[in-house]
Amino acid sequence: MARNEQIISKGINWTIIWLYLALVFIGLIAIFSVEFRPGDDLLKSITGLKTNYSKQLLYLVFCLVLGIFILITDSKFFTATANLFYVFGIILLLATFVLGKNVNGSRSWIPLGFMNLQPAETCKIFVALALAKYLSRLETDFRQWRSQLIAIALALTPAVFSILQNETGLALVYFAFFIVLYREGLPASYLVIGASVAVLVVASVLVNPNTLAIILTAIAVLSLLLLRRKIRRNKLILAIIVGSWLISVGIQRFAVPFLFETAMQPYQVERIMSMFGKDYVPQDSVKAAAFMKQKEKMGKVNKKGGKEENYNVKQSKIAIGSGGLLGKGFLKGAVTKGDFVPEQHTDFIFTALGESFGFWGTALVVIIYLVLLMVIVNMAERQRSVFSRVYAYSVAAIIFFHVVVNICMTIGLAPVIGIPLPLISYGGSSLLTFTVFIFILVRLDADRQVVLR
Amino acid sequence: MIDFNSIRSRVIRAIFAGSFLIILFQLFNLQVLSSKYSRMAEDQAIYRKIVYPSRGLVYDRNRHVILDNTTLFDLVVIPSQLKGIDTGVILRILNIDTADFKERVITAIIKNGRYQPSVFQGLLDERSYARLNESLYKIQPGFDLIARPVRKYPFNAAGPLLGYLGEADSNFLKKHDGEGYRMGDYVGINGIEKVYEKALMGERGIQYWLRDNKNRPTQPLENGKFDSAAVSGKNLYTSIDMDLQQFGEKLMANKMGSIVAINPKTGSIIAMVSGPGYDPSRLTGSERRKYFNSLLRDPLKPLLNRSVGATYSPGSTFKTLNALIGLQEGVITTHTSFYCPGAYVGCGKRMGCLDPGTFAMQAAITHSCNGYFGNVMEKIINNNIYPNVDSSLNVWARYMKGFGLGHRLGIDIPGERPGLVPDANYYNKAWGKGKWSYCSFKSVSIGQGEVNSSPLQVANEMAYIANKGWYITPHVVDSIEGGDKWGLMDKYKERHSSVHVADSVFEAVHDGMQGVMDEGTGRGSQVPGIVVCGKTGTVENYAPGGIIKRPNHAFFAAFAPRENPQIAIMCVVENSGRFGGTYAAPIVSLMIEKYLKDSITDKARLAKAEWLEKQYLIPAFVYADFRRQDSIDHRKDTAYLLSKGYIRKLRDTLGIEDIDMEVDVKKEDRKASLPKAPPPPNNDSSAQQGEIILPNNSNERRRVAPADSTQ
Repeated sequence: MARNEQIISKGINWTIIWLYLALVFIGLIAIFSVEFRPGDDLLKSITGLKTNYSKQLLYLVFCLVLGIFILITDSKFFTATANLFYVFGIILLLATFVLGKNVNGSRSWIPLGFMNLQPAETCKIFVALALAKYLSRLETDFRQWRSQLIAIALALTPAVFSILQNETGLALVYFAFFIVLYREGLPASYLVIGASVAVLVVASVLVNPNTLAIILTAIAVLSLLLLRRKIRRNKLILAIIVGSWLISVGIQRFAVPFLFETAMQPYQVERIMSMFGKDYVPQDSVKAAAFMKQKEKMGKVNKKGGKEENYNVKQSKIAIGSGGLLGKGFLKGAVTKGDFVPEQHTDFIFTALGESFGFWGTALVVIIYLVLLMVIVNMAERQRSVFSRVYAYSVAAIIFFHVVVNICMTIGLAPVIGIPLPLISYGGSSLLTFTVFIFILVRLDADRQVVLR
Repeated sequence: MIDFNSIRSRVIRAIFAGSFLIILFQLFNLQVLSSKYSRMAEDQAIYRKIVYPSRGLVYDRNRHVILDNTTLFDLVVIPSQLKGIDTGVILRILNIDTADFKERVITAIIKNGRYQPSVFQGLLDERSYARLNESLYKIQPGFDLIARPVRKYPFNAAGPLLGYLGEADSNFLKKHDGEGYRMGDYVGINGIEKVYEKALMGERGIQYWLRDNKNRPTQPLENGKFDSAAVSGKNLYTSIDMDLQQFGEKLMANKMGSIVAINPKTGSIIAMVSGPGYDPSRLTGSERRKYFNSLLRDPLKPLLNRSVGATYSPGSTFKTLNALIGLQEGVITTHTSFYCPGAYVGCGKRMGCLDPGTFAMQAAITHSCNGYFGNVMEKIINNNIYPNVDSSLNVWARYMKGFGLGHRLGIDIPGERPGLVPDANYYNKAWGKGKWSYCSFKSVSIGQGEVNSSPLQVANEMAYIANKGWYITPHVVDSIEGGDKWGLMDKYKERHSSVHVADSVFEAVHDGMQGVMDEGTGRGSQVPGIVVCGKTGTVENYAPGGIIKRPNHAFFAAFAPRENPQIAIMCVVENSGRFGGTYAAPIVSLMIEKYLKDSITDKARLAKAEWLEKQYLIPAFVYADFRRQDSIDHRKDTAYLLSKGYIRKLRDTLGIEDIDMEVDVKKEDRKASLPKAPPPPNNDSSAQQGEIILPNNSNERRRVAPADSTQ
């Protein structure tokens, strides 16, 4: 036995395991504080599995058992089955359309009896593995645009399915794989162009369309004047400037309005708008009426007939802000106890921490995440095999995206996108995904001397 | 390649670190720099529940509780939890229909929302409460019964004196800003409930509760660490004799008027009756609003505390004071006598009286001789030690004010009216300087004309005479439990004796007043075994406008016993028509006997009391007011129904007739029962609508020559 243990634990990075356990423990405390009320019978509620914290505890036990299984699995198993798993993941996603159970308006859950599985969530692991497998192939030359396109397609296919399942938030997570691709040599210009488009879209939302058109034209004219000598020598620059001017105005004038008014759901647009402090009502009067009716049903219309400002974000900020420097103390948060924050045990779990433990608590959690990310990036950089490195960056990128978007949404820096806080939010799928993610990474890292393909 | 890798790796690390720094910065901003959010959290998540202390009790002189607290129950509804509740129970017990039920639920939702309890039916009567309590399990959790403390009047008497509670409105809150009142709190509106509000209310406690997202209080904040306890209100001790008070109210049944009894030694009110009275208990229950409205509309003005809020010409009771002044000023002595040929003839027009003859002071009081007092007042006013009429009248007025007339005494119940003692200034304004003389106001000498006083002032004047020259401001409350921290009672400690009158003068007046009982106008109302000093009064009065004479007010004022007086009392029976001796004197006599002897045993006296109780002395002209009020209401209703199209106007007739389309057949019957159309409202309407000014308003009386007065 002793020898076996030694073999299993050889090369394992215990720092990550400890950070993992710390975050899960914080998560349990947070879920407990959201749900527990004085007078509840603690023993009964844990054994009865009726409460979220008791269920989360059960999921944790299950995840730890699974984690140990992963640790004793041969690393080659992951490289060998990566493509198979990816296909399995896609099949699961497709199956969801048939077997899907409607939870909160999105058919993205498959009921398994003891828990509900969200394939879009778990599929991240398969994408990470498949991407690692593809990029570590000897035949793959990532400098070719064909390879880049395949890699992007691998990463974004589940995202498309997710959007079709009405889980925009989870779909956005897949864009985190661009960080991995960037690390593996995706040209920075892609990211720069992507960022420029993002800025342009934001500007179209914020700035009056005519003013923005004038600004864009002014920029184009200015660059023409500045580059007039070079243009004389090379007509291509002129074409690029005029072309990008046309595209910019096109996006600003037509693409963004089309995207917001036709392509996206009003509530999604509203979330994005509310992030920029703007009130949103669809311009089309039929849609606007339907939108207001829906709002009224949800009781989010104030007495004057107008929309109430985003309730979730307001309550979330109140909960976190009222925590102060030191917090109100464990189980003493008035906002938490009054159930003011919707979805507090899942997407808004950070508010429970913020209220009870104040700035020192939230800062501690943020720093634990940062340390975890840095450890993973360091780990990635010491890998010999590309497979392990790509996989490690995938883990870092996904965790980073989840943490940043989730926390930013609770403190009013990002629109409300329903993605959980890794390892802390309540939820079996999410906990399982991140456990498997991290334990596979630890397993691969233990075999970092071996070149895996 | 290594360079390329390390650069990209560094960029990624920088992005990670940068993002987390932004998060940390925003967290610091929200949690440490901004205090806005903790305030918002407190506002929405912490509920300050005000704990109302029990109000102070009020005791009478025998230490019986005369104003108590009790608990009634409100039926409250929580609209969000109405599903699956047997509402039939509610409909049956409260005797309402489904439409009414729905309307009430909707009102509740509008008032407090779906999740907060709102009052469905307030202050349930005992029967409904018992039945609802029995079936509570059927109607919970949508409905519940919530206890509410209300006032209880164990003797069901002394309503105007004790006052009542009402909801604080915006005016009250403005006046009492910063005293912790909130809209809708129950506060004293009238009587000692109002004046002693500070002592009675106690100190409120605050409980901090956590509140959930639907505004429901869930649990105490940190087990009540920050809570403060309520301190109950202070009890008040009075000298009211509740037996006497109830007896007085019985005697005043079906009469308009007042009885005020004062302990002359202390100024404490012993009894204070205003007729017609009202049932104070009905101002606490569920019918409160309805009852209150009917009282407001009643032409008999039961809500007016006539003891302090109505003023009358004091009539002959005033003569005693003129005698005092005459004696003190030295214009007469007790032996000065005047010949009265059956009237005072000093100013040309007769001021008649019943018994002609020659009177000295004692006899003049005893027989209430108008001629005598006409002469006395003439001597006072035309006293040549003063340079002119102005100054002599002012001297007279100063005496009168010293006796407690012509200004508010400052009793501890609201609504007191000052009355009027005319002085030179008054007549200069009315008639012009130098254009008046004694003859212009000679009827003042017998308490008619411009002079005006409230029953309280007359009773106090009796206390003054009984005490031989001083009075203590009349007051209801003698002491406050735990001391008077608010200085509410300071003014009830000093004796008022601003004008000095010699004891011998008082003895002469006492002799005269004793004579009233022994052989004069009050001789039918002697109290067996007790020497009572009294004075009758028969007050002439006119309808507003000063032309139409109305039945006389009967007055009687007295104190007893003559030596060591225990009670100073007055009674007025408005428009009773007879002399003061007919109704007012026996009432006073019975009250004195009951107070001094504790009970009345003599059969003839008991029969007298019973007879008085049965006398219905509400004058006929009030019924005209009744009818007018009714028809005004009727006209308003009709106008409303017409405007809504429920009824249509058939043809022009004198009045407006309503035709209910569905019950056309009954038209003729209804028409017959309707009152005749009223005469067009003339200046009468002011008396009817405005505050009570009794018909002897001096300005209107001015044009009328002082009328003959009797006895």
